[in-house]
Amino acid sequence: MHKLTRAPLALNGLRCLLTDKHISAVNIIKRGCVCAENRGVSDKKEVYDVIISGGGMVGSAMACSLGMDPNLTGKRILLLEAGHKKVMEKVPDAYSIRVSSISPGSATLLSGIGAWEHITKMRCKPYKRMQVWDACSDALITFDKEDLLDEMAYIVENDIIVAAITKQLDTLPDNVQVKYRSKVVKYTWPVFHRTADAVPWVQVTLASGQTLQTKLLIGADGPNSMVRQELGIPTVKWNYDQSAVVAVLRLSEPTENNVAWQRFLPTGPIAMLPLSDTESSLVWSTSPELAEELLELEEESFVDAVNSAFWNNENHSDLIETASSLFRGALSTMTPSAGSPRQLPPSVAGIGPKSRVMFPLGMGHASEYIRQRVALIGDAAHRVHPLAGQGANLGFGDVACLTQLLSQAAFDGKDLGAIQHLLEYETERQRHNLPMMAAIDLMKRLYSTNAAFVVLLRTFGLQATNMLPALKVGSISVCFGISNLDRAQIKSTTCQL
Amino acid sequence: MSSRWQPRHSLSRQSKTTEKEVAEEEDLANPCCYEPCPFGSLMFGLHSLKPASVFGLVRRAAGLSGITRTTVCQQRSAELHQSGVAMPSARFVSHTTVDPEEVKRFQSLANKWWDEQGEFAALHAMNDLRVPFVRDNLLNVQWEHHPGKPLAGLRILDVGCGGGLLTEPLGRLGANVLGLDPVEDSIRIAQQHLSHDLDLCDQVSYRACTLEQLSGEGNEEQQEQSGEWSEGQFDAVVASEVVEHLADLETFAICCNRVLKPGGSLFITTINKTNLSYALAIVVAEQLLHIVPSGTHDWEKFISPVELERLLESNGFSVQSVQGMMYNPLSGAWCWTNSTAINYALHAVKENHDAEDSCSHPEDVPADKHS
Repeated sequence: MHKLTRAPLALNGLRCLLTDKHISAVNIIKRGCVCAENRGVSDKKEVYDVIISGGGMVGSAMACSLGMDPNLTGKRILLLEAGHKKVMEKVPDAYSIRVSSISPGSATLLSGIGAWEHITKMRCKPYKRMQVWDACSDALITFDKEDLLDEMAYIVENDIIVAAITKQLDTLPDNVQVKYRSKVVKYTWPVFHRTADAVPWVQVTLASGQTLQTKLLIGADGPNSMVRQELGIPTVKWNYDQSAVVAVLRLSEPTENNVAWQRFLPTGPIAMLPLSDTESSLVWSTSPELAEELLELEEESFVDAVNSAFWNNENHSDLIETASSLFRGALSTMTPSAGSPRQLPPSVAGIGPKSRVMFPLGMGHASEYIRQRVALIGDAAHRVHPLAGQGANLGFGDVACLTQLLSQAAFDGKDLGAIQHLLEYETERQRHNLPMMAAIDLMKRLYSTNAAFVVLLRTFGLQATNMLPALKVGSISVCFGISNLDRAQIKSTTCQL
Repeated sequence: MSSRWQPRHSLSRQSKTTEKEVAEEEDLANPCCYEPCPFGSLMFGLHSLKPASVFGLVRRAAGLSGITRTTVCQQRSAELHQSGVAMPSARFVSHTTVDPEEVKRFQSLANKWWDEQGEFAALHAMNDLRVPFVRDNLLNVQWEHHPGKPLAGLRILDVGCGGGLLTEPLGRLGANVLGLDPVEDSIRIAQQHLSHDLDLCDQVSYRACTLEQLSGEGNEEQQEQSGEWSEGQFDAVVASEVVEHLADLETFAICCNRVLKPGGSLFITTINKTNLSYALAIVVAEQLLHIVPSGTHDWEKFISPVELERLLESNGFSVQSVQGMMYNPLSGAWCWTNSTAINYALHAVKENHDAEDSCSHPEDVPADKHS
């Protein structure tokens, strides 16, 4: 800075003629000189304010969200994505098999970054009601919004979400960059007690040999996160010994198709999520052996299997039937209320071409979401069973939370990588994510048996929950990640068995 | 953040004798700054007392407990006493005012400036209050909207910047900040910490000197070369956790006035003199239990908001707001409070018409120094 103070002698002469405002302009020019000087000498490596590793739905939403925050204007943000750029000129006719259930909270985040508008223009399907029922009894629970006017959530193809966010990223100014086809080969973490020449930033080495530096690294690189592994953050994880078979289903006749269906079979939950009036998306979690079989089946047999999974009652037993009808009778004397007719899922006529795929299911939770100058978001931090469709919503929740904290940190002049606000992020998100994951896991376990005792217990539980609004409102928030605001609007509907 | 107006009390000035006693005690305690003439103490008071901030910071970081304070007071008075006896000749060596013992202590601490969980954790945490305090008060009077750089275009002087804990955040907000600290080790640490952040290098610079030296430059040849920092150039002066270590607040106020533009802001955070827990530590620990030798000078340097206000108002400032701050040692966080009994933050503005007044008393200004 001394150079700065002495160099522009010529400017000093002018000073007396200038007003305060002009002087600051002069300073800016001078600063510019120094900046150029410094960079020329010592800046061999680029230093970013934030690097986001992984350009999936959550990672690109993070980049977009940070790039659009007014308090973070001018911060240098880089998104690293191993794949190529996913541009969608035109929405493909065939539906993609990977879909997410987008809660109103996530939709708010996406509309905040301008991507929601693109999504609604491309393709998404709102649903207004969700019906969950048990294959071993007739116990049922439905969730919906008051008067069926508001959307409960949206089913959106993952590709469309990414394409919409990519479109928004393109509109951002230069300070937000995306490097596609860039693979990270090494992360170098900052040393805590720095010596004079130690680099205090996180260094990211790419396969191209380029080394980048960043004040904050955000790991959004999925369930097998390299960032997490390199940091040595342990994860609590287990495989369910289950696989999911996903497919696009063609319905036998067009319907309004605004209900998400989910049935708990002893082998795992099966869900049918609306995509359009004539198509739905199937997520069938089951044992790996059965999944293999399902994949091998002829199309017609597969369709039959799906229909029977939703319709047949072979798992019912007389004991459960009797007990459950007694309990239901007792409940309805206590809380008599009007019933809505039980809805039946639409029947399936066929499946989309080449749309059957299976993948193993697991659950994992990183014991820490943050380290010095690093934060994990999305599946890198937590991976859930897809039964409640909450994976993407948890990730978008991370994005919203971290954006808000970083924005405040920037407005308070803080170092973006400082541990203080990262700790806040970790606390806030773990407080939210852990109960949700535990509930999903419990639900999964509760419903993957047909032992009479457990079936009875869950039958009573489901019936009672459906009858008692307070319980239901609690469970719906777990099931669908609906915010407090939305909760108030949820009207409990009674069960109709 | 809302700044509240504090009712102004008219406190009678301390009696002459007290002031004199205090001055004598100061001089004894800080032999290096002893000067028989008032100009000398004006010139060097600030300078010499700077090392005391080391203790202040240790104490603060230790969580403001009475016991810790007591211990520190004890330590400090012992050292000051020792130096007062052992090095009488050092009294006239004006420019090496830093006590070697304290420099040593400071050097061991200097590396810890940037350890967020270390000795200076409380100072790091205080940024949660003082950065918004400075920012919002400046934004109240400020003009244009700069997204991402709310303080862009402003020039701020951070007096007693230490390792740059407050200097860097202000720089990140877009301000052009100069950090001053007489302790070279601190400046070295601050510069080293800064050097990695190239964006910040454009905004922040440091100098190992005192406020008097800087403001004195206005009248010297140096102005020609480093005119950048000459008289009346700053939009704001920040002195956070500094004034409680100063010998001569009058000089400090005058110097601040000199370097500020008309209408510029002065931000001070410090400890109240009448703080209850501290009084307990002094009265109980010093007078009753004699854990600390009575007459420890530390307490005399603390200043109540009313006194500080009076002092600033008589030196061409108009005090805008005074706000209490509270540290919770358990959570390690600061919060605003209604009570200014312990710590407080003050915002004053240089009055335009008084700018002339302060210049009309050249004998008060250490401009005519003969070094």
